[in-house]
Amino acid sequence: MSAASPTHALLLATLLFAVGMLGVLARRNLLLMLMSIEIMLNAAALAFIAAGARWHAAQGQVMFLMILSLAAAEAAVGLAIILRLHSAGRPTLDADTGNRLKG
Amino acid sequence: MSDLPFILFSLVAAWAAIMVVTRAVAVHALLYLVVVPLSLAGVFFTLGAPFAAMLEVIIYAGAVMVLFVFVVMMLNLGRSDRDRERHWMAPAVWIGPALLSGLLLIALCITLRTIPPTAASDAMVPIGPQSVGLLLYGPYVLSVELASFLLLAGLVSAFHIGRNIRGTGTGEP
Repeated sequence: MSAASPTHALLLATLLFAVGMLGVLARRNLLLMLMSIEIMLNAAALAFIAAGARWHAAQGQVMFLMILSLAAAEAAVGLAIILRLHSAGRPTLDADTGNRLKG
Repeated sequence: MSDLPFILFSLVAAWAAIMVVTRAVAVHALLYLVVVPLSLAGVFFTLGAPFAAMLEVIIYAGAVMVLFVFVVMMLNLGRSDRDRERHWMAPAVWIGPALLSGLLLIALCITLRTIPPTAASDAMVPIGPQSVGLLLYGPYVLSVELASFLLLAGLVSAFHIGRNIRGTGTGEP
């Protein structure tokens, strides 16, 4: 079996998702947590592309476009919240202090 | 050997993702994060999805990462932030998350073994942008509209959250 098969791509997606989840769980900096979420979204997109290649369907790339727009909106809103936290007097970006956000 | 690009891109992506998660300096993590979508674009290309590969380069490695670069520039992180990150990244912190992620990895790998392998002959026929576009503006036109709604909602909420960010407006200490 060829090494570039969709099954191996799914393995890579699994590994990337686990690494991103490790980052979300272990890091305390909100910026690094957002970066780890980006890695997880990339892994999900790779899973869709691999499934599309496995079953010869273009629907995988359609779902990839949906994930892409989701990631763009998520990055914009998340980074705006991070800037808001930073300017509101919590420059450490500790995720434990996020409960005092208001407005 | 045609599998070599896939293996190389996969190794680069996995290594860059691990480096993103373990860096103490945010700028270093961000630079490794730029490598992840670039190498994943190569993986998409070897999987026969050139349209998705180009979109990954343009939107992920271009637009989204530029947003991250701007925010890291505006946060003005310094030496004290790096030392605090090192303090937060004590080895005892990593035990529980590593166990959970490892369990998830093992469970997903076991699940993946049940997928029957493809026939190698017709595996890598590329799916071009024409078929994707025909699907997007045919049966999936409603989800395209929903994606545009999502982007509009993201725009409006980012504007709402980010306005008066220097404390001159209402509700700001």
